[in-house]
Amino acid sequence: MKILICIKQVPDMESKFKANAAGNWYEETDLAWRMNEYDEFAVEQAVQLKEQVGEADLTVLCIGSDRVKETMKKALAMGCDRGVHIADDESYLKDSYAIASLIAGFAKDKGFDLIFTGMQSQDRGSAQVGVLIAEMLGIPSLTTLVEFSYTDGTVNAKRELEGGTRAKVSCSTPALVTCQLGLNTPRYPTLPNIMKAKKKELISTPVAELSPAASLLETLQMAPPEKKGGGLVLEGDPADLADQLIQILKEKTTALA
Amino acid sequence: MKTLLVAEYREGKLLGTSSELINFAAQLGAESAMFLVGSEGALPGYSGKLYLADVEQAGEFNPSLHKQMLLEVVEKEQPQMVVLPHSSYGWDLAPRIAMALKTAQISEVVEVKDGNLVVPSCNSKLRRQVKATTAVTVVTLQGGAFTPAEDPSGTPEVIKVEVAAGGDIEFLGYEEAAETGVDLSKAEVIVSAGRGIGKPENLALIENLAKALKGEYGASRPVIDAEWAEHSRQVGTTGQTVSPKLYVACGISGAIQHLAGMKKSEFVLAINTDKDAPIGEIADVLVVADLKQLLPVLTEKLNAL
Repeated sequence: MKILICIKQVPDMESKFKANAAGNWYEETDLAWRMNEYDEFAVEQAVQLKEQVGEADLTVLCIGSDRVKETMKKALAMGCDRGVHIADDESYLKDSYAIASLIAGFAKDKGFDLIFTGMQSQDRGSAQVGVLIAEMLGIPSLTTLVEFSYTDGTVNAKRELEGGTRAKVSCSTPALVTCQLGLNTPRYPTLPNIMKAKKKELISTPVAELSPAASLLETLQMAPPEKKGGGLVLEGDPADLADQLIQILKEKTTALA
Repeated sequence: MKTLLVAEYREGKLLGTSSELINFAAQLGAESAMFLVGSEGALPGYSGKLYLADVEQAGEFNPSLHKQMLLEVVEKEQPQMVVLPHSSYGWDLAPRIAMALKTAQISEVVEVKDGNLVVPSCNSKLRRQVKATTAVTVVTLQGGAFTPAEDPSGTPEVIKVEVAAGGDIEFLGYEEAAETGVDLSKAEVIVSAGRGIGKPENLALIENLAKALKGEYGASRPVIDAEWAEHSRQVGTTGQTVSPKLYVACGISGAIQHLAGMKKSEFVLAINTDKDAPIGEIADVLVVADLKQLLPVLTEKLNAL
């Protein structure tokens, strides 16, 4: 079986963000980078599938500057077999369509039986790339999965809907699936596997060699949300804060009545 | 400008998001028509053309078939914008439409500003104003961002859409969320734990504060996914929607999916080490503090009252 896993490197979402000088993305300096959380579930599911079927080759693909190789190495240490890095220092300027075109361009003619992606990225959050890749390749896509199983060319899965309801869905491979949080429990790479990952193939190709499609969407402005005001902000010593809070709860709510 | 609104229907019911679509079109001052795979027995309050495909034949979930039917309506109506809810139905269908039409898609719109659409980035910590380079756009709307003051009324002019056979995905039915042990929707006080509690042992701090306030404890999605609390405790889009008199958000940054589940609370107290956390946007009081230090003191003082 040939399997492709598409991952993205994103900043830790607990970081403080500010707009860059051009006002078209966030400032990338002083951020801690990690694998997009949704993609961790994608990598884990692909590795579990390989463990299930035995014979499988797992390619992990990532687009971005050289910095993203660190995240790719994590995917290799989790169990992917080879890495395909599309080197692009300005990938953040590409919209979902341009990113999906690059990936579909790579995947076409490679004969992947299954493609795993996260349901969305944590920074851009468009939830488009996975479905777009599938549409470009003309294969079915199942989105927002919280359960996945595979038997003899058929995917059986559950999509997460609002209110915690799940929809049971099925399709034949080749197919693409997008992974929701909670699909599985992503493994931590072990030290031996981290060492092994260093020897795995990781090939970089400059994006310019792949004739990328133009973006259909441009960012005019990036800024923090306007503060609506009204909310009181308290700081200080815990004991003082506790007294102030009890006073506020007495005055403004019926919780202590 | 002309919009085509895509309403959604699930488990035999029209979903309330159709009113948000109508309100969004009104905010743009745009004409509209609507598309629905649904039933004549459950029509939206709407005075306009409604292209209706029979759900009995088309199925509630069959994205490639729904796409084909929607594209036929697009062909007839020639809208500049196709608008869907940013929901499990909408975010699944929208890119299929965008790809077929070779148009830009703008996901999870929260606001219209100076005629441009605004979308959230980085857990709502930033907002992005975007512009499409294509003449037509596909747009999804964040749930709750365009809720009208009152539900629209009217009777739509129904135009039936022929349903062909087809589809590359088989839909095998629904599985309801497990019956919950706790009905948070009736709680008057809820104290909720977020990722910021750091480790499962700290959940006791949340439970103790909830007890001191005679309330229930809840949690945001990361805490549930990490299995630090059971699913029935989850507040948010895929958990419970709550409206207590007091909601205490501990270590919750305020992802939109969480806010959607608790923003109707009467009074929101947030405790977070990051004073820029998005939860601060809707909190009546934001305490910038380490919950591990503050909660034991607060709980003790409350118990001594």
